Amino acid sequence: MQDQQQEQHALFELSNISKAFPGVKALDTVDFRLFPGEVHALLGENGAGKSTLVKIMTGVLAKDSGCIQLQQQEIHPSNTAEAQQLGIAPVYQEVNLLPNLSVAHNLFLGREPTRFGCIRWQQMAEDARQLLTRFKLDIDVTESLSQYSVAVQQLIAIARGVAMNAKVLVLDEPTASLDSSEVEILFDILRQLKSEGIGMLFITHFLEQVYQISDRITVLRSGKLIGEYLTTDLPRSRLIEAMLGQELQQVTAQPVRTDAAQAEALLTVTEASVAHSVDKVSLTVNKGEAVGMAGLLGSGRTEVCRALFGIDTLKSGEIKMREQVITLNQSADAMQQGIALCPEDRKTDGIIGPLSIRENIALALQVQAGWWRYIAPDQQRTLANQYIESFNIATPNAEKPIEELSGGNQQKVILARWLATRPQLLILDEPTRGIDIGAHAEIIKLIKSLCDEGMSLLVASSELEELVAFANRVVVMRDHRKVAELQGAELTAQSIMHSIAEV
Amino acid sequence: MINTEISHSFKERLLITSRYTWPIAALVLLLVFNVLMDASFLNIHFDHGRFYGNPIDILHRSAPVALLAIGMTVVIATGGIDLSVGAVMAIAGAVCANLLVATDASLFTVLAIGIASGVLCGLINGGLVSYMGIQPIIATLLLMVTGRGIAQLLNDGQIVTFQHAGFSFLGSGTLLGIPVSIWLVLAVFSISQLLLRRTALGLFVEAVGCNASASRYLGINDRTVKLMAYMLTGFCAALAGMISAADIQGSDANNVGLWLELDAILAVVLGGAALSGGRFSIPLSLLGVLIIQTLNTTIMVSGMPSKLNLLIKAIAVVLVLLLQSDTFRKQISGLAGRWRHS
Amino acid sequence: MIARRFIPLLATFSLLVVMFIVGGFQFEGFASLQVVTNLLTDNAFLLVVALGMTLVILSGGIDLSVGAVVALSGVLCAVLISEYQWHPLLVFPLVLVIGTLFGAFMGTLIYVYKLQPFIVTLAGMFFARGLATTISEESVGIEHSLYYAVADAGFALPGNAWLPSSVILLLVVFGAIFLLTHFSRFGGYIYAVGGNRQSAALMGVPMARTTIGIYAMSSFLAAFAGILYTFYTFSGYALTGIGMELDAIAAVVIGGTLLTGGSGYIVGTLLGVMLMGIIHTYIIFEGTLNSWWARIAIGLLLFIFIALQKVLNRSSTRG
Repeated sequence: MQDQQQEQHALFELSNISKAFPGVKALDTVDFRLFPGEVHALLGENGAGKSTLVKIMTGVLAKDSGCIQLQQQEIHPSNTAEAQQLGIAPVYQEVNLLPNLSVAHNLFLGREPTRFGCIRWQQMAEDARQLLTRFKLDIDVTESLSQYSVAVQQLIAIARGVAMNAKVLVLDEPTASLDSSEVEILFDILRQLKSEGIGMLFITHFLEQVYQISDRITVLRSGKLIGEYLTTDLPRSRLIEAMLGQELQQVTAQPVRTDAAQAEALLTVTEASVAHSVDKVSLTVNKGEAVGMAGLLGSGRTEVCRALFGIDTLKSGEIKMREQVITLNQSADAMQQGIALCPEDRKTDGIIGPLSIRENIALALQVQAGWWRYIAPDQQRTLANQYIESFNIATPNAEKPIEELSGGNQQKVILARWLATRPQLLILDEPTRGIDIGAHAEIIKLIKSLCDEGMSLLVASSELEELVAFANRVVVMRDHRKVAELQGAELTAQSIMHSIAEV
Repeated sequence: MINTEISHSFKERLLITSRYTWPIAALVLLLVFNVLMDASFLNIHFDHGRFYGNPIDILHRSAPVALLAIGMTVVIATGGIDLSVGAVMAIAGAVCANLLVATDASLFTVLAIGIASGVLCGLINGGLVSYMGIQPIIATLLLMVTGRGIAQLLNDGQIVTFQHAGFSFLGSGTLLGIPVSIWLVLAVFSISQLLLRRTALGLFVEAVGCNASASRYLGINDRTVKLMAYMLTGFCAALAGMISAADIQGSDANNVGLWLELDAILAVVLGGAALSGGRFSIPLSLLGVLIIQTLNTTIMVSGMPSKLNLLIKAIAVVLVLLLQSDTFRKQISGLAGRWRHS
Repeated sequence: MIARRFIPLLATFSLLVVMFIVGGFQFEGFASLQVVTNLLTDNAFLLVVALGMTLVILSGGIDLSVGAVVALSGVLCAVLISEYQWHPLLVFPLVLVIGTLFGAFMGTLIYVYKLQPFIVTLAGMFFARGLATTISEESVGIEHSLYYAVADAGFALPGNAWLPSSVILLLVVFGAIFLLTHFSRFGGYIYAVGGNRQSAALMGVPMARTTIGIYAMSSFLAAFAGILYTFYTFSGYALTGIGMELDAIAAVVIGGTLLTGGSGYIVGTLLGVMLMGIIHTYIIFEGTLNSWWARIAIGLLLFIFIALQKVLNRSSTRG
């Protein structure tokens, strides 16, 4: 059957797609093709370029170069409406429908049945009911969409696509907020749509689901195409290798790990749980030790970081700093304990865009000092210049708004901000995400030098080589749980990957 | 190294200057226009222990709006807006007038209670915005609707007049020949500038206005910052209301501070602040106030119908906002480019 | 169980009924058909303005210029009819077109330049008010046979009540806006934009046309209300409708429309205007209460409804 498909013409084909953003090459001559009646998984870690590719094919973003073909015809969708008209329907994780409108109205918005210019609500409800029976959904279509679960909304989004005669369904993390029985229902529908000849692109971070439903897999990494595989030909371990880029690793020189011989615990987390995202995780960070945290997107690693910084509150379990039990209700509490966090989403949670580098660096220190003990602009500048020089931040001066810097330099500023407060524990969540290669190496070097200076670090990352390069120990997360803790001789990128992949 | 340092600070200074360039140019243009119309426009003379002349007059008249603009600047910097300042002026004026008429409370008590009423209004606004999560426009609209009713109720629907030399001093008194109202503006300006720029409060306000989420990650309590901003506005509005009441020796709940919220917002916008929050500068907003008041005086002196005022203000707001808009700038530069080519 | 979205509407309706019954028991002649038609007559222009405001608020925006547009439209009518001797039937379309263009311009500024609706319409308010006062600062009387004819037209209703022509016109406008909002595609787009701007754009809603159309509609209705006002007072005056934008917003919110947009009913706005009117009527009948209590009562109602919206919203997102 697969061979048959190879001879068949692709339903939807993107070739040589490139897209650059200021400072980052998001996609570099990427190819992707979709055959009728197949589910094609598009995989890659954060920043691999998946969402950029999806945005290009659904008309949200314009490509810099390359060619998009639908049924052998070149197309140029310049907005989402146009893409949908052509038959490319997107279904997003956060359902992009209108929760305030009725189910039926969501299905037919813009194409309502009318008579003399008046919408025929009953007719529309009838049409909607009929459409949804195909999806085995028996619900009140006149109720507003917000009354239904995300799973149902997801199905309705798919139904809308199908009703608009979609040839290609782009499913971006549709299962992220569904439970297993809901996923089953969704997959039943997808199988049915497959038999109807619709091509489906499926993005997810649940690898089991990839093997459950997909026929073909395309892997992206750092904006480049790694390969296209038949699902049946690609064992899970090789898939993870492809995603995380293991084959590139020439086993970098093992770092000289300062044996945490003193083994004096700085941070002890015991069975900590956070609603819906962290399940009984225990870990320890000793003084002067760098602990890594590995796991795929959605495994719970970011949520552990957030909980340790008081952004999310614990449902159960306890956190100890220096043997003292502490309660973290807000980030100020964590800062008081000497904990600092460079968040994963730099743009919304890290930088304060319009403010200068100087102010961005001085802010955390200022919060710590209290509002009445003002750090005068001159002192701020001295502090900032110190870090600009030692971190090699590329800027003409400390007054440049941080939003005008590249991702790597922004990250250095955030690091500087927290180091200025002399934290006892520095938590870094994906410190190299969305950063170009050159700055990437610099940040790693910086983290390494922090290790050498004896800073206690907890680093969450999906870049395994990085972790192996500087971590004393690595905690592996999967499905909101800690599944392994590796150290010493066991600690290799291979073994981490093995732990991540294990079912 | 030293060389580059100097060039940096020079550039900084240029940057700051450029923010002042347009408002100052507008003000100078207005003044030049006036001087051309009437050569004695800028004359000041000293008579009976007090200065007279258009400049003093402009400063005196702009006092209420200047006070409002100080508070409004900070509220807008946090990403909010306060539409209730006019109504709060009416409340504070009514509270003071009734205390003066109906009780023999000391001047200090009257002033304290008047200010307290404004701060309480600010507390309500701030509470609705930061703790109940109501959009600022709507939250402050509530008090804008209700506030004048409350003031009218206090006054029993009348214009309450009073004779109190001490209180009237706020509005019509002079100190060293200069109206007290101007001194009050200077005092509030200096104190708020000291509080915001000599402590970290100003930086926190800007951080919250630019990115509330990142501010929370930094341990800044964004709710408290917003609450304080609305309380400051309430304080300023109360003081403005008291000056206005002292000026006419009475409380006219219907008309005091009418439309002044708009003037205050306009002043902040003219000062170049973005309505979406972030960077702010009280001196620039005060420059905006001076532009507005000079415009008022210009129209009055030149004999044009005073209602042209509203038209000109409307056009000014739209123009300044358009100049701040990226789309508009791109269109203009595109047009300019095409014009140069042809 | 009653759907959650109907709760504010029901609350308003019950309040209205309760006020009517209480007033009826307390005062003679309160619970009469005449009071109802008077409510409609006295609040006709407010209702028309509030209908436009409903559309704007449903879309998640706000229009602060309506009161000033009412005044401008009234002054234009009065001046053109009385001073330039134009025929009213020529003046009305012209005024309506000017109003519509004015709104469309504001909508364009909001959509194309991504300016905040409240500041654009605030400037619009300045502009319209300024233009009105520039045209005439004095109240301009209108004397035209058409005005007398319209004023005398109407229907007698049982119980000595009189249904004036302005109310009939009002009901026509109400019907048209009701159809537009609840039975046309454009109406669906308004809800879509108010529900989630981004999703609406992704679902192919014509954003430019919808946004500009909404503000044009609001100004059109405000201009229409201005014409109605000239029939009510036989004059045009530049200072009419000061604060009317606030009354209109209050009526819309009390009528159960969500301030954040995306949810509400045209009928609710009718109920909201009636409720506000009946509060005024009650205070007039009461006689001893200061009329300023009406303002405060409306402010309190507004607060309660906003708080109610918050609570309902929170429980619906959690549940």
